[in-house]
Amino acid sequence: MMTLEEAPLSLAQAPSRRINMIEAINEALDIMMERDSNVVVFGEDVGYFGGVFRATAGLQKKYGKNRVFDTPINECGIIGAAVGMGAYGLRPVPEIQFADYIYPGLDQLVSEAARLRYRSAGEFIAPITVRSPFGGGIFGGQTHSQSPEALFTHVAGLKTVIPSTPHDAKGLLIAAIEDNDPVIFFEPKRIYNGPFTGYYDKPVEPWSRHEAAEVPEGYYRIPLGKARVVRQGEAMTVLAYGTMIHVAEAVCREKGIDAEIIDLRTLVPLDIETIEASVKKTGKCLIVHEATRTCGFGAELSALVQERCFYHLEAPIERVTGFDTPYPHSLEWAYFPGPVRIGEAVDRLLKA
Amino acid sequence: MAKGPASAGTAGGNLPPLSLHVPEPPFRPGDPVDYSFLQIPAAGAFARPDEGCATEETHPLCHGLIRVLDEDHRAVGAWDPKLDAETMRRMLRVMALTRAFDDRMYRGQRQGKTSFYMKCTGEEATSVASAFAMDNEDMVFPSYRQQGILIARGYPIVEMINQIYSNRADKLKGRQLPIMYSSREHNFFTISGNLATQYPQAAGWAMASAIKGDTRIASTWIGEGSSAEGDAHAAFTFATVFNAPVVFNVVNNQWAISSFSGFAGGERSTFAARAIGYGIAGLRVDGNDALAVYAAARWAANRARAGKGPTLIEHFTYRAEGHSTSDDPSAYRSAHEQKEWPLGDPIMRLKQHLIALGEWSEDQHAVMDLELAEQVKAATKDAEKNGVLGHGLHHPFHTMFEDVFEDLPWHLQEQAEQAIRERRIKWPTWKEYE
Repeated sequence: MMTLEEAPLSLAQAPSRRINMIEAINEALDIMMERDSNVVVFGEDVGYFGGVFRATAGLQKKYGKNRVFDTPINECGIIGAAVGMGAYGLRPVPEIQFADYIYPGLDQLVSEAARLRYRSAGEFIAPITVRSPFGGGIFGGQTHSQSPEALFTHVAGLKTVIPSTPHDAKGLLIAAIEDNDPVIFFEPKRIYNGPFTGYYDKPVEPWSRHEAAEVPEGYYRIPLGKARVVRQGEAMTVLAYGTMIHVAEAVCREKGIDAEIIDLRTLVPLDIETIEASVKKTGKCLIVHEATRTCGFGAELSALVQERCFYHLEAPIERVTGFDTPYPHSLEWAYFPGPVRIGEAVDRLLKA
Repeated sequence: MAKGPASAGTAGGNLPPLSLHVPEPPFRPGDPVDYSFLQIPAAGAFARPDEGCATEETHPLCHGLIRVLDEDHRAVGAWDPKLDAETMRRMLRVMALTRAFDDRMYRGQRQGKTSFYMKCTGEEATSVASAFAMDNEDMVFPSYRQQGILIARGYPIVEMINQIYSNRADKLKGRQLPIMYSSREHNFFTISGNLATQYPQAAGWAMASAIKGDTRIASTWIGEGSSAEGDAHAAFTFATVFNAPVVFNVVNNQWAISSFSGFAGGERSTFAARAIGYGIAGLRVDGNDALAVYAAARWAANRARAGKGPTLIEHFTYRAEGHSTSDDPSAYRSAHEQKEWPLGDPIMRLKQHLIALGEWSEDQHAVMDLELAEQVKAATKDAEKNGVLGHGLHHPFHTMFEDVFEDLPWHLQEQAEQAIRERRIKWPTWKEYE
């Protein structure tokens, strides 16, 4: 679950219990607000109401309206204000209600937050963590389902983090808030309440039945840039993150494939060592993401694996992704890179 | 057929055809210039509401023009800040230094010492007098033509030149386009080339100051052209919602490169009047009148500091030179505009005021101008010892990869090694100097 270097010494004794991802995120925010009076949390509906997904529930009551508040519906303003607050010395954690709504704030992220440190030679920094629910599978249609991570991984100066479990969500969010660089923290909303496996016709098991929902109480951090080996195996390496970890895991389990599944956790900076070691061991690589295919983060992963592991590869690298269309409402499951699409790619790799 | 739009004769066929209005400036190259259509109220014409007044009381000022210096060089009316002569002489000196600096840097660019420069000629009062009205601890989020603020705050001009030359002493490590200064020590935020982004940032900084129970306020600048950006709307909205202690300056210098103010809405209303819709205080000020600018900035700063919220100040002025060294204004506007500009020149007006008071003379002014030219010349020589753009004396090569992140990740480490390798392939004996 957690390596020694990630955990404070006392963590082994820290009591833990199973909570869902929203509770884990709420706990991370609570802990950081408690520890650092410069942490402020704001966004549309995050104050009194506690967020449309409840991630900030109770925080305004506990820390006051000065530190937890609603904002106008203006993502440019939310992120622009966060940049200014960061320049002042605060550590803002703005929420963008859905990743699909982040685009009005893009200039403030791409041209400002990402470049403050560089352009001012370190005089000004943007220690901001932008939290945003992303991904589909909730019948959100084209405007509540997108996975725009590749837009951000393409930008020099931004870190992009995507957790896949309550345990990781808490530790990664704490690390993101403490980080002195701007972090895009995408939360796979489909797995807020349980590890959705892509079998949409079967009931989703709640996090309470999953060991990755075992979350220590109190403070701990998971360093950015370190992947997690979800499952060790020999047959192939699966590179994924967020919801797709659980889908890939279920497919491999169902098919009885001895795959090595790597949860990237952080896309930038990427844990290339773990990826390289695994692909060199297995000789096969499957990349899975929910985002559209063309220029998706899978393209970058594929290029890196090819550059570094070419002579160890026994089969062409496989990419399983969403289709290059907007996210459709009624045909959501035809779009979603579910067990059938992943299964086909797994079969091709096994036959190769 | 084909005599009208495709829809003619169908729905609404009896209605007159719609037409698109594309704004056109009053004067183009070669045109004689007559500014008599501009409404220029007399100096002293407007009352000065209390700094803590209801925002509505400022709204007449959004369509007026606060002016202090009259035609006889006297300071008149309720907005006269009644500055002592010594303060006014210092203000005059900083404005004159800013102009001397601009002239020298412009020549430097033409001599190939750097790639780019932007003068603020004619607009010196908008930044210098504002800087005098603020505390040096107040945070400034500037646009690209506020060098006067940095000079007013005592930033060494040799450091400005190092930045303009992108040389090895450039505090920004040669990364930024010339004039995109940054100085945390002088509470001067790093200038962006993306217009208006600093506006919501200033609102955010001011919110942070309020969150922390601080006493410092923020002040920010855009041009009338970039007031059209969505960032301005975001900033006004956040500032009014959270009653942020921030002063919004719109420097209306009539021209955004080749687009006159009509392309930002200037034909329909004033820029100060935007304050009305947001429920914030608004002032429109003669931007070439240093005393009026000082008075307006002071009013807004006091109001913000008293917890009464944001103010929008439109500085009505004229961009006397090109947008930048890359621009040729004779291609799109009449060369007569500048000399016909009814509000004169800010340095000359303050100078004449001091002379009228018996506190200054033509001789003293001439001596000062010589001193300032020498001061800039000496700083230029000092900066040139650190190199000029494109002559090798830049920051060490590896600095290109620093400060993208706090720590250097593996992919940038690899790319840094590649950059050094390329260097060695091209110049086998190349060594990084320290």
